[in-house]
Amino acid sequence: MSCQEARELLDAYLDGELDLVRSLEVETHVKGCDRCCLARDEYDVLQHSLKKHGVYFNAPKGLEQRIRSRLRSDKDSQRKHLIPSTFPNWRPVSIAASIAALIVASAIFFGTLLRPSSTNVLAQQVVSSHIRSLMADHLTDVASSDQHTVKPWFSGKLDFAPVVKDLAAQGFPLTGGRLDYLDNRRVAALLYKRHQHTINLFLWPTSQADSEPETLAIKGYNLVHWTQSGMTYWAISDVNASELRDFVRKQRQ
Amino acid sequence: MTENIWNKVTTNAVWKARRDRFEQTVLPHLNAAYNLARWLTGNEQDAEDVVQESYLRALRSFDTFQSGRDSRGWLLKVVRNTCYTWLRENRGKTVTQFQESGQEPQSTYADPETELIEKANSDLVRHAIEALNIEYREVLILRELEGLSYKEIAHILEVPLGTVMSRLSRGRKELQLRLFESTREAKT
Ligand SMILES: [Zn+2]
Repeated sequence: MSCQEARELLDAYLDGELDLVRSLEVETHVKGCDRCCLARDEYDVLQHSLKKHGVYFNAPKGLEQRIRSRLRSDKDSQRKHLIPSTFPNWRPVSIAASIAALIVASAIFFGTLLRPSSTNVLAQQVVSSHIRSLMADHLTDVASSDQHTVKPWFSGKLDFAPVVKDLAAQGFPLTGGRLDYLDNRRVAALLYKRHQHTINLFLWPTSQADSEPETLAIKGYNLVHWTQSGMTYWAISDVNASELRDFVRKQRQ
Repeated sequence: MTENIWNKVTTNAVWKARRDRFEQTVLPHLNAAYNLARWLTGNEQDAEDVVQESYLRALRSFDTFQSGRDSRGWLLKVVRNTCYTWLRENRGKTVTQFQESGQEPQSTYADPETELIEKANSDLVRHAIEALNIEYREVLILRELEGLSYKEIAHILEVPLGTVMSRLSRGRKELQLRLFESTREAKT
């Protein structure tokens, strides 16, 4: 390697950005070249003075709080989020209607008045349940990787017996179960792990016919929905869609 | 109607959860964001404004961020773009189009001089960095202060890897030269 070539690559070499072969070539040259040795020393001195003289600017105190409050009052991203593309006809409602909406909505939450049935609305519920389970530190009611512990835990709490599979050998270890509330009824929520990610699998009985898995993406989460042998299933996670479909395939086997 | 209202209430909850997730993902990188903005804008107040604006922009485009990806790089890219917009609007002439000059700054150090550089106090170092062309300055900040890889820097700057390599190399040489000169001035 010529001196000129070595000088071209010297910074990348010292930064550890060269592949092994190139790296050895530069190293061999530098060892026998005074000019390159000097350039290497200059590099070291510069590194040293940048580190020593503390030229890093840390964020001032209070900036984080100011950002948090601006994020909270940011109407633009909120509004953008309030009008989902699936409801193009949605228009802002008046204050009176908003109050009415709140009453109606709380009635829905208690499951006494109305039964929103479209898949889309249900999918939103699944997303909300998933997020709540992650945030409220309420992931599992029964924490166990043993399907023979999780399954009996549900008996007496549900009007059906969920099938609980442990998929640890397939890369999706069971971590526990939880009671949840979806589609105006009690449902079983089974928790699985995929690396650092949590998968919620919701299931409950249905009178609907079998359907093949269908993948949806809502607000950064992937969802897979299917119906099989009188049970309806919703799997949701922030793992990528193909991994989640893989999980579903293993569930259905 | 009821479906729409119901949807509004749930999306509102989803929005809050999304904002929380956003905060957990990118607020830990606040120092990195501020440091970059501070070095690119050149003063505290503008850096604060730019950082706040960057976080708002980032929140609005959070849907494009895939979880598990490099959140610091993603945020820094937004910060950098916001800085450039700000610089264009507020400084006009300050952002000059960068031109790769064929010439490399000539290195002229012998041993006693490199010792001088080592003694340069942090003010001198800061002034020397501030005096650098912005294209050299940003790669230096990202590499030396944030410790990012060439690949990460290339992604933030949207330039080829080789460009990162050459800008960094030239930026360092120019910085060495400025430090050398300013340290000598300080001595005399
Ligand atoms: Zn050489």
